[in-house]
Parts: sequence; C-alpha cells; structure tokens
Amino acid sequence: MSVPADVVVVGASAAGLATAEALRRKGYQGGLTVLGAEPHLPYDRPPLSKQVLSGAWAPDRARLRPREALSALGAEFLLGDPAVGLDVERRAVHTASGRTLRAGAVVVATGLRPRTLPGQAGLAGVHVLRTLDDALALRADLRADLRDPARLVVVGDGVLGAEIAATACELGAAVTLAGPEPAPLAGRLGPMIAGLLADLHAERGVRLRPGAGVSGLDGHDGRVTGVRLGTGEVLPADVVVVAIGAVPETGWLAGTLIRLENRTNATEQGGLVASCILGDDRPYRPVPYFWTDQFDARIHVHGTPSAGAEPTVVDGDPAERRFVALYHRNATITGVLGWNMPKQARLWRGRIGDAVTGLAPAL
Amino acid sequence: MKVTVDEARCCGAGQCVLLAPEVFDQREDDGIVVLLEAEPAEHLHATVREAAAVCPASAIELSDAG
Repeated sequence: MSVPADVVVVGASAAGLATAEALRRKGYQGGLTVLGAEPHLPYDRPPLSKQVLSGAWAPDRARLRPREALSALGAEFLLGDPAVGLDVERRAVHTASGRTLRAGAVVVATGLRPRTLPGQAGLAGVHVLRTLDDALALRADLRADLRDPARLVVVGDGVLGAEIAATACELGAAVTLAGPEPAPLAGRLGPMIAGLLADLHAERGVRLRPGAGVSGLDGHDGRVTGVRLGTGEVLPADVVVVAIGAVPETGWLAGTLIRLENRTNATEQGGLVASCILGDDRPYRPVPYFWTDQFDARIHVHGTPSAGAEPTVVDGDPAERRFVALYHRNATITGVLGWNMPKQARLWRGRIGDAVTGLAPAL
Repeated sequence: MKVTVDEARCCGAGQCVLLAPEVFDQREDDGIVVLLEAEPAEHLHATVREAAAVCPASAIELSDAG
C-alpha cells in the first residue's frame, strides 16, 4: 500500500486529533486537514459533565492541546463546517459551507450524536450533553432564575446521566434521576456496585426513580414542565437532560459504521488508523477502560465487567468506599473495578484473563 | 524532551505507568500521576509520546528541551 499524498480527517474531537497526531508521530509528512463541525478547537468531552458543567473549569480549560501544539502539527483545521457528504470514488468530502476536500485518504471520526425523546426538539429547557455548547447551555439554564432551586430531571441512568445528576446536585439543583435500571449503571456494573452508587446519590439528595420507563415530555408555552413516565405519573421539571445513549454520527455517510466509543478508545483508535494509512495493519485489541466521577467517588473500570455475576472484593472495603473488585465469568477474570483506589485497580488489571482459582480474597 | 504533568487534569487511569513505568508512577492514595523523570532518556521518547497520546485526561504535555 502506498502512502497517500494527503489525508482529510473528518471530525476534530479526540479521535480526529489523535489520528492527526499519530500520523505525524509516525513520520507522515503529507498534507493534513482536520474538518470539525463545531467552531471550537479540539476539546475533551469527559470534563463537560463534571468540571465544565460545575463551572470549576472555564470552557478553554477543556481544550485538548494548547494552540502552539496544534500549530506545530502542521495540519489545517477547518472548524465550524460540518461534513455533509462523502464521495468514496473520488475520495472527496463535501461540507455544509460548500467546500469540497479531496485527499488520498479520508478518515471518518465524526463520533456520536445523542439519542433524543419524541417531542424533544423545539421544547425549551430540554437538553442533551454532547458538546461544549451543550454543557454551557445546560449550566446557564440551571442557573437561570426559573425557580430556586431549579427542578432538574435527568432521563437516563447510565454514566453520563449519573454524572450530570451528581454535578447538578452539587450546584444546588433539586435533581431527580430517572431510568429503566433498578439502580444507576446496574446494567453495566451489576447490582452490588449500582447499589453503592444509588446509596451515594440518595444520601447526597438526588431523588432516584429506578425502573422508570419514560414515555414523553410535557410542556407549556414551548417550555418543558415535566417528564411523563410509562405509568402515567409526571415528574415536574424546570429543566430536563436526556442522556439515553448515542448513535454514530453517520447521517452524512451512505453506509453504517459500528464502533466502540469512549474517550480512551478515541485516542487508541486514532493511533491505529494512522498505522493503517501508513501501511502497518495491526488488529485493534486494547483493554477497554473508562472512569467516572460522581460526588466524591472516582470509579475506574478496566476490562469487561459482567453485570450478571457479583464481583469479588480483593482490596479495601466497600463500607469505606475505597476498594478494588474483580469481575469474573466462567472462572476467568474479565474486569477490574476500583472505587477510589486507582493505582491498586491498575495493578490488578494485569490479572485480566487469569483464572479465578487461587485468587487471594483480600491482600 | 521535557515532560510536564497536570495533576488537576489527571484522572488516575494509570495508562502512562503501564506504558512507561520508568517515567511515570501513581500516588498510592488517589492514583494521581507522579512524574519520575522530567527529562527522559532518548530511548524512552517513543513510549513517552505514546503515553501522552493515550492519556484519557490529556494530562501529559511534552516539549522539546533545546
């Protein structure tokens, strides 16, 4: 495979930037263009539901690289101009402003777009949280003088919904966290960890509505007034965040792509894509990893948790909210979870794939 | 090469330690990055660059030291 003379990366977030940087790191000297739908220089998404929403960080702090580092990359950043079409045969990308970008290789790194509820569009006070502008709009709405405290309903009990609930609660909002699971993240981390998370949220003042199917939104004069549950009950709300997952942002492409998405994958995949472009094909097999901050809990997950089986605590003590637990399946360790024990969790990570037998229950 | 770390950004993932244990460590209590070697030897540069690139919190910055 010959190295292309120029590369267009569609998407200027973590994955797009990682691809551009990896190309240069591996010695690629051809033309490099990074096309971004948003007007912002590449920024990091994990702080959006935490430090940016809370106001602890000014928006600029979420930037992935200082301006000088981006200049040193020797790439042209075309921002605020979404891709609208891809001509595979001509390797050309068409943009909203009417540009046509041709290149020897086109990298698709447009990420995800949030799923929404029916009737959500056009109803003021209803938010998603995917972009920097989304986070700032939610923050402004929570601080607007609607009611004190603002009543926030978070629809969705996954990582993002639980983080938003925690941050908004600390901002002083009256928060209800509603979702289909019996406890936050139960489907992903299992009942024991989810139960500890539920306890934490409840004791900090978040009202939990587990097992809640959401059927729609109520509004008045174009502004949301509540979230309707499948049971007919309405949760009154001044502000609503819908955090019910995301789908690949591939509306501008003819085909469909399937990808793993989280912040670590974004950078690791970027490195891999760069290798492929430069003719070095390697299988993509990283150990999955994510972390979440909720109130004073910092939770790290390496590998694959199995929600079905209870994890085994191997260090620390859940009662002290500082422990490491191992997930296993068919007598093999599949994942490691650290709750306020990051270094210890990382040390256990090497045991993923090992047999459970002979495991010391506590160090 | 000069390495700097931003403790306030660090999430304690430990990906940098997995890649370059000669250069990075983590604090025992909260897992925040500890920089062992601010000017790593040349044979470590490639792995340090990779560590900076895969840091989930973008807490590692590199600059060319003269």
